[in-house]
Amino acid sequence: MRSGRCPVQADFLLTISKRLYNILLMSETLNLDAAFSALADPTRRAILARLAKGETTVMELAKPFEITQPAISQHLKVLEDAGLVERRVDGAKRPRRLAEAGIEVMDQWLAMLRKALEKNYDRLDEVLAGAELPKRKRGEKR
Amino acid sequence: MSKLTLKTEGNTHVVVTRRFAAPPEAVYRAHTDPKLIQKWLLGPEGWTMPVCINDARPGGKIRYEWTNGKGGGFHLTGEYVELEPYGRIVHVERMHLPHPTPDNHVETRFDADGTGTLMTMRMTLPDAQTRATMLATGMERGMEASYVRLEEMI
Repeated sequence: MRSGRCPVQADFLLTISKRLYNILLMSETLNLDAAFSALADPTRRAILARLAKGETTVMELAKPFEITQPAISQHLKVLEDAGLVERRVDGAKRPRRLAEAGIEVMDQWLAMLRKALEKNYDRLDEVLAGAELPKRKRGEKR
Repeated sequence: MSKLTLKTEGNTHVVVTRRFAAPPEAVYRAHTDPKLIQKWLLGPEGWTMPVCINDARPGGKIRYEWTNGKGGGFHLTGEYVELEPYGRIVHVERMHLPHPTPDNHVETRFDADGTGTLMTMRMTLPDAQTRATMLATGMERGMEASYVRLEEMI
């Protein structure tokens, strides 16, 4: 019990809930579900790979693919709705580029999932180190 | 050396790899003996697994129940398909949240790697949408783990 330090705790809890709120807000805005569905298509993955090299117009984007421009536009719309691609206004042109924020949130999210799994396996390391099975030195973990 | 990798593969797979400093026999046992499973397959800190049914033979039932001790909980059911001691396990599992999620078909391999083991777990989901949903659910649990870690800093 650290009853004498309540203000500090309250401050920390506020920070935590703010942070969680931000994450929730981000994931809702960017719709991770949609992002992963968007990635499920090979053409869309190829579009993202192309955009990773820099922004480009829809017409240029369609060139390497054996599909029509409207089909490419349709794929782009899915990627835009998922928050992974955005368009810039440049006179009459609307070049597309990667939406850094969307890509970053997916990265962060995969890192968090990895950490949750890692927690299980860190515990398994300890089980394995302590089990009455072929012994291994402790202190090797992490 | 204990680094975990998590990758999506094609449209419906998720592949997880992890190295362990124990031989395949030990890692295999930790995956099939309920007494051992209850010690580590717990997710975020603060969760326990009061019920662990794990009948490790073809057709054998799996049932894991987790609780956070504060009224929160969920469970998983599944069946074993194939077991090759101490190298390979094939099973099917689904989460109940509380409605059952589509079946996740899991192949887990334990390959000798020096004096340790390389585990490769390959999950196959029925379609891309299901995989997206499963990964998104994982995020919620991951977030909770972050929350717990932050809490520990207090």
